[in-house]
Amino acid sequence: MSQPQATPTRTLRFNRHGVWAIYKFELARALRTIWQSLATPVITTSLYFVVFCAAIGSRMPSDTGVSYGAFILPGLMMLSLLTQSISNASFGIYLPKFTGTIYEILSAPVSPLEIIVAYVGAAATKSVVVGVVILATAAAFMPIEVLHPIWMVSFLLLTAITFSLFGFIIGLWAKNFEQLQFIPMLVITPLTFLGGAFYSIDMLPSVWRTVTLFNPVVYLISGFRWSFYGTADIAIQTSLAITMAIFALALAVIVWIFKTGYRLKS
Amino acid sequence: MSSQSVIEISNLAKTYGSGLEALKPINLEIRKGEIFALLGPNGAGKTTLIGIVCGIVTPSAGTAKVEGYDVVRDARAARYRIGLVPQELTVDMFETVWATVNFSRGLFGCPPNPEYVEKVLRDLSLWEKRADKIMSLSGGMKRRVLIAKALSHEPSVLFLDEPSAGVDVQLRRDMWQTVRRLRESGVTIVLTTHYIEEAEDMADRIAVISKGELIVVEDKATLMQKLGNKRLSLQLLEPLSALPAELSEWNLGLAAEGMQLHYSFEAGESPSALSEFLARIRELGIGFTDLDTHEKSLEEIFVSLVGDKQ
Repeated sequence: MSQPQATPTRTLRFNRHGVWAIYKFELARALRTIWQSLATPVITTSLYFVVFCAAIGSRMPSDTGVSYGAFILPGLMMLSLLTQSISNASFGIYLPKFTGTIYEILSAPVSPLEIIVAYVGAAATKSVVVGVVILATAAAFMPIEVLHPIWMVSFLLLTAITFSLFGFIIGLWAKNFEQLQFIPMLVITPLTFLGGAFYSIDMLPSVWRTVTLFNPVVYLISGFRWSFYGTADIAIQTSLAITMAIFALALAVIVWIFKTGYRLKS
Repeated sequence: MSSQSVIEISNLAKTYGSGLEALKPINLEIRKGEIFALLGPNGAGKTTLIGIVCGIVTPSAGTAKVEGYDVVRDARAARYRIGLVPQELTVDMFETVWATVNFSRGLFGCPPNPEYVEKVLRDLSLWEKRADKIMSLSGGMKRRVLIAKALSHEPSVLFLDEPSAGVDVQLRRDMWQTVRRLRESGVTIVLTTHYIEEAEDMADRIAVISKGELIVVEDKATLMQKLGNKRLSLQLLEPLSALPAELSEWNLGLAAEGMQLHYSFEAGESPSALSEFLARIRELGIGFTDLDTHEKSLEEIFVSLVGDKQ
């Protein structure tokens, strides 16, 4: 059996054109619905501020040294970041499965890693943009200060990437649109609401406080809030470690999925 | 491997998780620059075979190579060389023609080349439609968009899975012309079809596949001659106990206890063959009460091929 021809072969270590093509495609998809993508977080954030700060916030005890509006801002950003990352990434990979255009991705010379980088990168980009829009909206209601901007950006990116990975996994797993909505609606939103987005977990009775510590979102919100104000319910080292652990878990699941060809190839 | 082969398939088999044996071990070689047709009924294993070579289906056993590159071990190198036009019209409806073809080119690792993409679109008469959203195009146009996508990265082999499924007669002719032009430009073409005319009109070589098995792989001319795709049936007045020796030069058969005489012939073979045959029958004084001609269905051809094999 002869070897491949001696002519230079078209081989690449990393298919950057392929990754860029998918990334651009995903962002273009978001741009088609740009007003819906951006108006939703702006309106939601404004509503939260009106309801929680103007109406209820003035009656909330505050021992964190910041106003209630400032206190809930990191939690609000996290809530959007988590749900947006998951829904962006899960739709991104579910849609081509649903319409059948996945055939092209599967037949293209793109590795699983490149596919993930492209889809997760695009989803994370979109949710970071939404996070920044929320921050800008909040700035219209009150002065914003960020004590540790580098940590703030790091938590923002790490969380966006981690939950985009989870979204990607959900998109691979889902067999219909209902399953796609299931996790963000029934898991992520409750965990975020109970994870100290709107209150300090120190305010809880000690039993519930202990229960709450099993909620991973607590650590994400606490770490993120620390990067704003330098105070947190939980030590920053612990928050960081748990955030990294969640990231590692998402990565491990996805490596396993691609090793087994799970739900993409027959 | 001969220097001319572009795809080599050896002992390739696929059994799906459900236990369905879609492909029994198959050996096949496809030559550079030819139009190769995989002919078979629905569910014969055509799409599975294409799917394996294109990397969408994982083989259970055996190997497939494209220009010497194994589709599993050297997947990346193999896939650069392949363009796939799927059976279903699966395109992103909200994208423009221009955007989706350039997307495909990037996906296959090629740097942007607007001149080349323009040429592909012009060749497929899509240039005027480049700014249109795909959902506004007709079915035939959508299929051409899929061909443009598959050609966007300058592949050396193009796979067309049922290119004329759901396409009207006029568009089918256009499609065949397009495919011939592509072959002239040096692209090897592998197409699947369940229309015998399609294979007959386009292919240089034909493989007949049924129930996951390759029944025959043959040059088109040889195969068509063997098959005789039309049949004349005579309802005789008197039964014949055996075929007369005077008729040995024709491809004949007896049925219904000698009451039916079948003459198999190729439609385009010789315009006068049929009248010569009937004249001969008359000379021999064989009387008949009725006659009809009919085109052999693909199923009949399979039956005869499978019969020959056993």
